[in-house]
Amino acid sequence: MIAYVLQRVVQAAAVVLVVAFVSFVLFNYVGDPVNNMVGQEATIADRAALRERLGLNDALVVQFARFVGNALRADFGISYQLQRPVATLLAERLPATLELVLVSAVLALAVGIPCGVYTGLRRETWAARMILTVSLVGVSLPTFVIGILLIYLFAVILGVLPSFGRGDVVAVGWWTTGFLTASGWKALILPSVTLCLYQLTLILRLVRAEMLEVLRTDYIKFARARGLPSRVIHFGHALRNTLVPVITITGLQVGSLIAFSIITETVFQWPGMGFLFIQAVQFADIPVIAAYLVLVAFFFVAINLAVDLLYFAVDPRLRAERRVAPGGA
Amino acid sequence: MALLAVRHLRVEIPTRRRTLVALDDVSFDIEEGEVLGVVGESGAGKSLTGAAIIGLLEPPCRIAGGEIRLDGRRIDGLDAEAMRRVRGRQIGAIFQDPLTSLNPLLTIGRQLTETITTHAPLGAAAARRRAIDLLGEVGIPAPAQRFAAYPHQFSGGMRQRVVIALALAANPRLVIADEPTTALDVSIQAQILALLRRLCREHGTAVMLITHDMGVIAETATRVAVMYAGRVVEIGPVADVVRAARHPYTEGLMGAIPTLDHEVPRLTQIEGVMPRLDEIPAGCAFHPRCGYTEALCRAERPELMPTDGASQAACWRYHVRWEGGGRG
Amino acid sequence: MLARGLHRALDSDLYHSFTRSPLTVAAAAVTALFFGGAALAPVLAPQDPFDPATLNLMDAFAPPAWTAKGSAQYLLGTDNQGRDVLSALLYGSRISLLVGFAAVGFSIVLGVGLGVLGGYLGGWLETVAMRLADVQLTVPGILVALMVDGIVRTALPGGLKEELAVYVLIFAIGISGWPQYARVTRGATLVEKNKEYVAAARIIGIHPVAIMVRHVLPNVMGPVLVLATIGLALAIISEATLSFLGVGVPPTTPSLGTLIRIGNNFLFSGEWWITLFPSGALVLLALSVNLLGDWLRDALNPKLR
Repeated sequence: MIAYVLQRVVQAAAVVLVVAFVSFVLFNYVGDPVNNMVGQEATIADRAALRERLGLNDALVVQFARFVGNALRADFGISYQLQRPVATLLAERLPATLELVLVSAVLALAVGIPCGVYTGLRRETWAARMILTVSLVGVSLPTFVIGILLIYLFAVILGVLPSFGRGDVVAVGWWTTGFLTASGWKALILPSVTLCLYQLTLILRLVRAEMLEVLRTDYIKFARARGLPSRVIHFGHALRNTLVPVITITGLQVGSLIAFSIITETVFQWPGMGFLFIQAVQFADIPVIAAYLVLVAFFFVAINLAVDLLYFAVDPRLRAERRVAPGGA
Repeated sequence: MALLAVRHLRVEIPTRRRTLVALDDVSFDIEEGEVLGVVGESGAGKSLTGAAIIGLLEPPCRIAGGEIRLDGRRIDGLDAEAMRRVRGRQIGAIFQDPLTSLNPLLTIGRQLTETITTHAPLGAAAARRRAIDLLGEVGIPAPAQRFAAYPHQFSGGMRQRVVIALALAANPRLVIADEPTTALDVSIQAQILALLRRLCREHGTAVMLITHDMGVIAETATRVAVMYAGRVVEIGPVADVVRAARHPYTEGLMGAIPTLDHEVPRLTQIEGVMPRLDEIPAGCAFHPRCGYTEALCRAERPELMPTDGASQAACWRYHVRWEGGGRG
Repeated sequence: MLARGLHRALDSDLYHSFTRSPLTVAAAAVTALFFGGAALAPVLAPQDPFDPATLNLMDAFAPPAWTAKGSAQYLLGTDNQGRDVLSALLYGSRISLLVGFAAVGFSIVLGVGLGVLGGYLGGWLETVAMRLADVQLTVPGILVALMVDGIVRTALPGGLKEELAVYVLIFAIGISGWPQYARVTRGATLVEKNKEYVAAARIIGIHPVAIMVRHVLPNVMGPVLVLATIGLALAIISEATLSFLGVGVPPTTPSLGTLIRIGNNFLFSGEWWITLFPSGALVLLALSVNLLGDWLRDALNPKLR
């Protein structure tokens, strides 16, 4: 089992390194970093000196190693646009994104799983059909449209919820949280609902599909043939078997929440990392882009790894060594 | 009175274009404690018959006619809860693939105890003891240790023993065994069949043994019903049907089995294939492939009728209306 | 013979399940409407909204025709520059559909190509391609598109950025979609590769490419078609999202996403029609294509037949 864990960790590290390399190439070779950093007036001698100081004349491998070393120390250079260290910028924005993602994830799971189970077990009721139709629409509604509609309804027409920003936030150490103020929560509502909808419909449809698949298996048929009551079959057997693959997919969903938060943050002008990234793309602020890339890759890989290990812990077939019963058949 | 009496059972499958008849006027009895083999090709309707009896037909399949009586009481058409109480307690079932029949995420101990407590008011400790006893009965070595094991930790034969233990946990009167050995190695098959025979004899359980393998029938069953295109074409004691088949289809089946007793220049091969459900011919379903066909066979469908042997056969040759003179 | 073919098509299971579901028929009709509208935009649109000469600033912010201050000339109202929203919708749908189709086409060529080559040739090509596909599948498509788009844009020098924006967009969305096609095609290729007629054909000397084209592609067409339909909806949404974020199509050739972005600025001042009509059009289009894809998947699924 240790071998398995190690193997996955090594693979994960490899993926992050590859992304870091792409980032590095972007960082150092797109345009001219020196030109990007100094104005037009700098002399050639100044530029050469800067180049030397930045170590841009060293071998590729050395520069990459330095890049990785810096990254590990959370040093990603200075933002071209904002003239501040990228790491500081990211640290400022991280709480906003993470809080938004957390609330959305909880919402998506808390609503998506029960609805999925319900539509899987009670297929023919009109409630189930309605939920399914709504979920289909949900998949076709782009996140930003949902955001705009919600803003229009609740902020413009009804005027009960804010349409941008985080509200009042409280600083706890280096973290700023919106959980401790009423306005913070109010500001969270629309963005988190917007963000969770896509994932909610995915989880719902996934749970339903898994449920239907499980209900068709031989072991459910055999359980029925043994006269087990429906409740036991549905919740003791089917639900358990349904949730195992769902857990893993759900873990991956957290990753995609971080992705979609880019859109949601832009619509609601939520001061998170995603909003920062979009602005960076618009201004060709390479250090920020590179840093974001590495960070996102790291997140994804870490989540994937955690999910793999979780799956490993939950499914007994992967855990134990395959042992044949003593004495043959 | 027979333990199980199936009379004129008809199972239909409504499809987009028309309704297919999967079982057409199937009738047979199973006596207390006997082993009835049901044999036939894939698609003949053997599994469907078993599913109909235990009430596990998958929609859109449905029972469209006839009746099924257990101990004289009708069990087709019972509501869901009543039928659930019959299952496991009165009628049990074993399916083909032991790997997929067991929930991979639950220990076999848990699967056993939940079956036991469903049908008997036993406490956890008593249920566990009974489960371990059952495991011992089916021949699992060191049952107390294996109680907490998962299905994937057993070999195929061991798994099928666990499945048998589960099916017999509530002591049903009848067990429907649908191809119980098909997924197992040949060497294991004999062991499992012997186990099944022994247990059912000890508990007085009747068995409906469904298989396409005549050898299994010959070894395990007392009577056998031969099915073709959703109908029973011959039914009788195993020895008679095997050695002196009366229906042309059964004749063909027997002739296709190589034997050590004597040499034959060629194995019999029945021309053609069993018809699809939407192409079943009028009259006798077998007539296009039969060597004895006459006009009567094409026109009217024969019922099971007494023959000049110990089995009954659905063949006009044994009827007085036969042109060559009935042999019944 | 044509009559017989048509008769067979009309009698087939596919057509049956199609006409059975009114929702699918409606979805197909709406999709056809969009295709037609987009294709015939120059003919149908009352105004060319991107020709500044035809615009009349005095008509800016006109509400839809059925409201109090609307006029029949601008059926769905006008935006801040006097552009007719209906015309903008028609032209915008055009861009959205073009980018969508092109992106899906790129995904298919890349995905099917890699899938067939990887499946047939095996070795490191197959391993690398499939690992890449697996890893990429864990990242949501839109994020991939966003990242690729962002990186390529940043890497382009200033002048080219605008010119090549559409191609970069198509490339980015296309890249985000190839893994599914690759996986499906590789699976099908592996199945066919091991069949005996392939070995026989190789012995006779038929070129492997010909074998693959003749035998693998037909088997793969069904699943690819389903993926493509759902992929089209996804591509349209991706394009709209990227354009809304400001990193998609250039403002000179606005798509539905760009229109929504522009209109968003006026939502608070009450001119709701500028953003809500393009939003509605986008949702309707994506929904219809998704429904078609859903129906196609169920209709072609051998397990459900």
